[in-house]
Parts: sequence; structure tokens; C-alpha cells
Amino acid sequence: MDNERIDQIIAKHHGEASSLIQVLLEIQSENNWLPKEVLERVGEKLQVPLTRIQHIATFYKAFSLVPKGRHGIHICMGTACHVRGAKRVLDTVQEATGIKPGETDLDLKFSLETVNCLGCCALGPVMEVDGKTYGKMVPGDTADVLKNYE
Amino acid sequence: MSRITSPAELETFRKGLLSKRDPNKPCITLCSGSACHASGSGEVAASLEAELTKQGLTDSVDIRRTGCHGFCERGPIIVIHPEEICYFQIKPEDIPEIISQTIVEKKVIERLLYNDPATNEKIIHESEIPFYKNQERLVFGSNGSIDPKSIEDYLAIGGYSALAKALSEMSAEQVLSEVKKSNLRGRGGGGFPAGRKWEGSRNAPEPIKYVIVNADEGDPGAYMDRALLEGNPHAILEGLTLGAYAIGAHEGYIYVRQEYPLAVQNVHIAIQQAEEYGFLGKNILGSGFDFKVIVHQGAGAFVCGESTALMTALEGRAGEPRPKYVRSNIKGLWERPSVLNNVETWANVPLIINKGADWFTQLGTAGSKGTKIFSLVGKITNTGLVEVPMGTPLRDIIYKIGGGILNNRKFKAVQTGGPSGGCIPEQLLDLEVGFDELTKAGSMMGSGGMIVMDEDTCMVDVSRYFIEFLTDESCGKCTPCREGLRQMLKILTNITEGKGKEGDIELLEALSETAIEGALCALGKSAPNPFLSTLRYFREEYEAHIKEKRCPALSCKELIAYYIDPAKCKACMTCRRKCPADAVDGGKNLIHIIDQAKCTKCGTCFEACPPRFGAVTKISGVPVPPPIAEEERIIKKSKEK
Repeated sequence: MDNERIDQIIAKHHGEASSLIQVLLEIQSENNWLPKEVLERVGEKLQVPLTRIQHIATFYKAFSLVPKGRHGIHICMGTACHVRGAKRVLDTVQEATGIKPGETDLDLKFSLETVNCLGCCALGPVMEVDGKTYGKMVPGDTADVLKNYE
Repeated sequence: MSRITSPAELETFRKGLLSKRDPNKPCITLCSGSACHASGSGEVAASLEAELTKQGLTDSVDIRRTGCHGFCERGPIIVIHPEEICYFQIKPEDIPEIISQTIVEKKVIERLLYNDPATNEKIIHESEIPFYKNQERLVFGSNGSIDPKSIEDYLAIGGYSALAKALSEMSAEQVLSEVKKSNLRGRGGGGFPAGRKWEGSRNAPEPIKYVIVNADEGDPGAYMDRALLEGNPHAILEGLTLGAYAIGAHEGYIYVRQEYPLAVQNVHIAIQQAEEYGFLGKNILGSGFDFKVIVHQGAGAFVCGESTALMTALEGRAGEPRPKYVRSNIKGLWERPSVLNNVETWANVPLIINKGADWFTQLGTAGSKGTKIFSLVGKITNTGLVEVPMGTPLRDIIYKIGGGILNNRKFKAVQTGGPSGGCIPEQLLDLEVGFDELTKAGSMMGSGGMIVMDEDTCMVDVSRYFIEFLTDESCGKCTPCREGLRQMLKILTNITEGKGKEGDIELLEALSETAIEGALCALGKSAPNPFLSTLRYFREEYEAHIKEKRCPALSCKELIAYYIDPAKCKACMTCRRKCPADAVDGGKNLIHIIDQAKCTKCGTCFEACPPRFGAVTKISGVPVPPPIAEEERIIKKSKEK
């Protein structure tokens, strides 16, 4: 992400330090992660020390300080999904991708995350890949779903 | 559209709107809430539009894409007005038939109707289905009839009339006293009386004040705020504006989770429309009252649902709670008086102003007035959002509305109140829901999550699950929460893995006590609740795990083994083919055996085994029987005998 685009996003939020989280969210959603140079630029423009940006970028779950894979897998671990067997779904996804929650594989193909409720409790257990929701998952079906992603 | 500048003008505009709408014109409403969207309502909508065009009916039939209807289990849902014919689990292929049969020929399609499992009868109308019939949908009801992206739909059902009434006929004090009289209590967790909170802010000397919508719905298993924001955002804006008028605020914030993209989108659209029509901005409806609303997206932190943490996050910092020596309604956001209420609480306000506190207090129990939306999820037949008057017995919610336990299993417990709540066992099912009633039973109302658990749910695992959730979400400010929960999680994990030892329960109790006494915020203080309430009602399960290394619910992976009963196995190869670990040995006419060393305990074989055989079983607390001799494994066909 170049400085020009960062400045645009900051301008959209009127360059106020209180908008720091909103600015970072927008960068995260466009760039998929927050590189150090980007954070330095944001800190400079908003007059916020880098330590505070680091605090925020590590405190909130939406931010990532490392590059993400091409496809984001989210496994819902909300209570409704949990009692319907989300853990077993997660186990098979871990086996199929070889990565644990929070990790990205070496080919940058998949990033695996657990989330605490996607609000589709009727469909539990729920797995989401690139924003597409797969409901009522059974452990035996996860590998088939993941085959569709290259 | 030019701004509406007076209540009279609003009524003229509304009349104009209604006169243009023919109540007899066929209208197809399609649920487009998040759950229905995930089950394919987007494709259904596309198919609807294509089919209407194909049959040349675009002008004579309206399509309305509404928010969540609540009956998520059966989505996508279509309701055809004016007859109110209700179809469930619609697929794009069903659309041509619906148009030609129901819309054109006025015939009902039997197979798409709701089949009442109790009577085995087909039900045509939405209002006659037990799931809906036993509810009282005051706040949530409009969701099914309006397009959340259309302010005109909201106006057509009387939207913003409460705001017009308040601004033209009532003083700010009157609005406040009406809300106080209604005894509306916060729907987000604590159940603090909204009127008292508002009054504190109103009377605070600082001239700049704020109103805030808490839409950081973090409780796993609860999604009513999402459904309201997605499906009826103007109702929340109207409530918020009324609150701002009552306390004298001119700026409001909506703090919404970024995990809810549709809610974020619909709220933005609603604000823009409200500004355009004159319900937000300068001189609202000619009253001289100014009010603006700003949307702040959360970045994913459960603790931000706590009021002081949320305000810290709004200021652009890491959302950590702060001490409440001075309450946030006196010193909140930017150290100024700030009234923060949950989405559902705000949505109740226009109703109270329109119909009066006396009407509102007719519903509910002595201490809890009005209705409450619960999200009924877990091992329940009718998953969805249900709105009932306070005081409704739990049993009615679970059996009359929820249709009982999934797959006819036995009820074990219902977990209410989110991670800080507790589990309520079967003997307390006649408990009437209300803030004080639930607290007395060792749980809480919380935001209204209701997770039903059956005999297959392990209560130790549930408690471990919530403690893990809270360990992960602890902001780290106070030691009893940050370190204490971590230790509790370690012990609980050990117990579920068969490594529990004598004294663990007592140690967990001591850690719980420390967190309750020593943590700063409500989240930390209530964090041990999941453990304490499960221990209170299900102590024997903890003891079975620790002493016998047995999981009575057959759920804890480390304590169970999958085993194929040779007497029941028909050697059908189903489980063998599906096993992802290649752990099932066997063949055609050769009884299958699970290689325990290879088995990953994923349970695929258990689910795959045809129910009429039921050969795959789970065992716990006893060793796996040794495999039978090779020669006994061959199934001889009767002819060969």
C-alpha cells in the first residue's frame, strides 16, 4: 500500500487521532495486513506514537501484523456451534490445511482463524471461507469444501 | 427529497405514501437476514426477479427483501401478502411454481408449507405457526414487513411518529419521565433501569452529552441485536434520537462490530436517509433540536461490550475498562455524560413514547417489564429469534416455541446470559424469565442468548469452553482475571482430558472467588459464573471426569473411544469409506474394526453408520473390548450357512 492511499484514508476520517481504529480497519480490509511502514506513516500523520498503534494493532482481533493467505477460513466457535460439534470441524480443517488457528500456510493459500460467533447460530456448525458461509458442517465434508479453493 | 420540517408535514407525507400503496397488491417478502442469506436467499431473490420479468409481472407484484424473520432454522422464508401465505426453505427452483401457482392462480403449494410436527398438519399462515403464535413480537415484529434499506417502508408502518410526538407535544423532561415510569431495563446485560441512567446524564452539569448504541454484540450464541440493526435500523435511530432529546445530547454514536458487515451497511444507509428526510441533522422536524449520529466499527474485542471499555475504544484507544467510581452517565466518553444502551433497549423507546408507559408496564413481571428477544440456539428444533413477554416460563420458550430438543434427545440444561451467565438445569424449567429471576437461579439475563443443551453435551466441557473464551478475551488489565482464568482453563482442560486430580474443584472455587472479589469490571467479576453454575447443578459430572476418567455425556475426546459393536455391524463399508484417517479395517462381509491407534476421534463413522444398524458406539470410562477373532469377522450370507 503506497503513502498516497494511506493519506487518502486518513483524510476521509478527517485526520483525527480518535479515528485511529477506523483508519487501521480500512487499511486492514484493503491490504489484508498491516505492514510496519504503513503503521509508521499512520503514526506520523495522526501524531500518534508507534507504541500506541502497536498496542491497538495487537489488542483487537481484526488486525494482522503478518501477511494473510489468499483465502481466509473462519471457523465459528460460538456456543451454539460449539455444542453442535464445531471443535471436530476445526480439527479436520486443521488436518486438511496443516495450520492452526492464527496461522497461514507457507504457500499463502489459506489463513485459518476461529471466531466467536458469526450470528448464524441456526446453521451451526458454521465455516466461512472468503465471506461465503457454509452451514451445518460435518467433519467429513470440510475437505470437500476446501478443494474448491486454489 | 426535501427535508420534512414539521410533524404535520410528516403526517401528510405518510398519508401520501400509504395512498400510493395498494394493500391488495401481491407482495412477496423474502427474508434476507444473515442466516437466510447464508442459506441462499440471495439466489432466491435473483430467481424471483428473473421469473417476474419472464412472466411479465414486474409491475403487478412487489418484492420486498426484509430483515430477519426469526425462524432461521427454516430459511430462506417467503411470505406472500396480502394472504400471508408462508413458505419455508425456498430454493431458486421453487420460484417459477410459486409465481405461476400462488401469485397468478392463487393456489397454495402444499409441499412448501410448514408442517407442524405435533399435529402433522400443514399450516398456511405465518401467524398460526406455533413458533410465531406463542410469541409477542412488539420490537421484532416489524422486521418481517419492511425493507431495511427503505425509510419509506418504515414511515409506512408509522415510523418516526414517536419522534414527531415527542418533539412537538412533549418536553424533554416528559420523555424522560415516561421512560422512567416504564421501568425499561437495559437489554444488554446488567439490566440497569434506562430512565435512571438517563436522568443522571440529564442532571449532570457538563453541557455536552452523548448517547451511544452498544451494538458490540459479543456474546457467542446471541444475535438479536444484529437482526434488529440489519432488519429495522430506523427504529434504533428513532429511539436514540428520543434519548438524545431527553437528556439534551446533540451527538450520538453507534458502536457496531465489524463482524456484522450487513448491519454496518444498513445503519449507514439509514443514517443517510434519516438526514435526507429531516429526522437527523439540524432543526429536526422544525423543533429546533439538532442531533447527528456517527458510526464506529469495532475491531474485534469482546471486552468492548463493557460500557467503559466501549467508550475508551470510541476515543480511538485500546478498549480496556476503567473503574466506575464515577458512573459513565456522569463521566463517560471524553469525560462527558454519556448514556449507553444496547440496541434492543433503544428499539423499545419509540414504542414506549407512542403507546405510553402504562401500556408497556402491563407486560412482564414485577421487576422486568415489556418483552425480551431471546436467541434460541443449540440443540433445539426451532432455532431462531423469539420475542416473549418477560415472565414467560423457560419451558414454554423451549417446548412451545422452540419445538423441544433436536432429534428427540433428552434436555439437560439451558445456558443463558452469554459467557458471564450460567446453566439452568431441568428441575428449574418452570422458572419465569426476568432479570431478577434468572440471577436468583445463578445465571443472568445478559443480552438474551439461550443455548439449549441435551444429554450429549458435557457440562465440564461447556464450562471449559466459556473459560477459554474469557481467557482469550480478557483485556489483561487485572491479575485475577488475566492470570486466574488462565489457571482455571489449565485445570479444566486437564479435567476434560482425563488428567484431573483430587482437589481440582476446590482450587477452581478458590480462583473463582478471587476473580469475583478482585476484578475491576463486570466481565471479570462474572467470568467464573460458567464454572460455578455448572458445578452447582452438575457436580457429579466433574467428579466422574476426575475420579473415574469418564465423560458421562460421551463428549470429551480424550476420554472416549469409538467402537464398532461386532454384533450389530453389517459390514456395509459406509464408515470405512468415510473415515478420513483410514482407521476402519474391514471389507465386504468382513465386520469392521476401528484401529484405535489410527483413530482421530472425529466421529465421522459414528455419524455415517446407518441409524438402523447403530453399530458405531462411543464408550467412556471402560477399556475398548479387544477385536474379535479373524474367523468370526466373516459375515456369512444365510444361503451359505
